[in-house]
Amino acid sequence: MSRHYTVLDPRLEGAKKMLSSVSRIIAVMSSKGGVGKTLFSAVFASIASRKGFRVGLLDLDITNPGLHVVLGIDPLSIQPGEEKGITPVSISRLEFMSTVFYTRDNPSPMRGTSVDNAIREVLAATRWSRLDILVVDTAPGLSDVAISTLEYFPGVEVVVVATPSRLSINSIEKLLKLLSEMKYKKYLVENMSSGNLLVDLARKYHTVYLGSIDYYREVEEYIGDIEKLVSSRFGRSVEEIANKIL
Amino acid sequence: MHEFALAQAVVAEVEKIVEKGYRVEKLRIYLGELQSVDREVFEQYVSMMLREVQENVDVEYVDEEAEFSCRVCGYKWSLSELELDEDEREAIHFLPEAVYSYVKCPRCSSRDYAIERGRGVRISIEYSE
Ligand SMILES: Nc1ncnc2c1ncn2[C@@H]1O[C@H](COP(=O)(O)OP(=O)(O)O)[C@@H](O)[C@H]1O
Ligand SMILES: [Mg+2]
Ligand SMILES: [Zn+2]
Repeated sequence: MSRHYTVLDPRLEGAKKMLSSVSRIIAVMSSKGGVGKTLFSAVFASIASRKGFRVGLLDLDITNPGLHVVLGIDPLSIQPGEEKGITPVSISRLEFMSTVFYTRDNPSPMRGTSVDNAIREVLAATRWSRLDILVVDTAPGLSDVAISTLEYFPGVEVVVVATPSRLSINSIEKLLKLLSEMKYKKYLVENMSSGNLLVDLARKYHTVYLGSIDYYREVEEYIGDIEKLVSSRFGRSVEEIANKIL
Repeated sequence: MHEFALAQAVVAEVEKIVEKGYRVEKLRIYLGELQSVDREVFEQYVSMMLREVQENVDVEYVDEEAEFSCRVCGYKWSLSELELDEDEREAIHFLPEAVYSYVKCPRCSSRDYAIERGRGVRISIEYSE
């Protein structure tokens, strides 16, 4: 009789259990910050829920969470519930979860391994309802954590948000390349752009090009009011994109 | 209870091994002081869920004291050295990394420190063919 011994982090199996109630997971990523991932994630999720899908929204930009700002949530006045795990906050037809409820909007400086730990903890502890779609906002960049986090999500599809500046293109290309190597299904959204400048780049990396969103100056004023964002010109552009993948 | 989710994760690991046709002889569960899970509640959930997976698993619980070490000045400290209020403790219970939002190195005030031990729940499993 042979004996085996293994040391395990139980949260990975825990995460699988918790995510088994979710049909489709869409991670929103980018190679650079400030390209509109967080704004897109929130508005996309809200539009999907208005179309009748059951939608969850998860902030995994652990050191710099922003979804609560777009949604207009004060993390000090509302907290997730507890029922066989942590139950997300219900807000405007969405189930919403963020570590900001625990950091209470204080700075949360962490190294990569701690970020990864925090992500595993959230995934293993959060009990979503039966969801059609879970939209996951992520931290920008090409770090190991950014890419390996995707492995925690069975069947994940990736929406890459990108602006078409010349300095960005080089880094978008690296991200698309990494995602191709991992065989993830991927889409590209061009943001704050007046044209379709990234079509060829998308094609080169077998990425479905979903469209382009203009720069709209009124967006700034609507941050914190998700209803206004959804019905704004920005929201209508996101809806056209959403129609292609929902 | 949030302890349910932690217990569920532990038992899911055992289940994975049992499903491959092995017999789990021993399950050791390390409970980190930082997360301070409600041990009694947690144990109840574990034994309840474990029964469904395999009879007679020998379970041992090991408390692990939390230890931090500063990457700037090298100072090491334990949880008892810190003054955390009720809200902070609760936040850290749900997310041990929230400690970085509330605690600095007691010697040099740096936030660049490592949680060396006693963070949360870890397990080791001994199993046989
Ligand atoms: N299409 C757009 N038109 C106008 N402002 C936008 C647009 N997309 C994003 N923004 C603004 O750009 C800034 C960065 O967006 P954010 O979603 O935080 O980016 P990221 O999450 O990628 O860092 C925000 O102030 C946001 O309101
Ligand atoms: Mg963001
Ligand atoms: Zn120090």
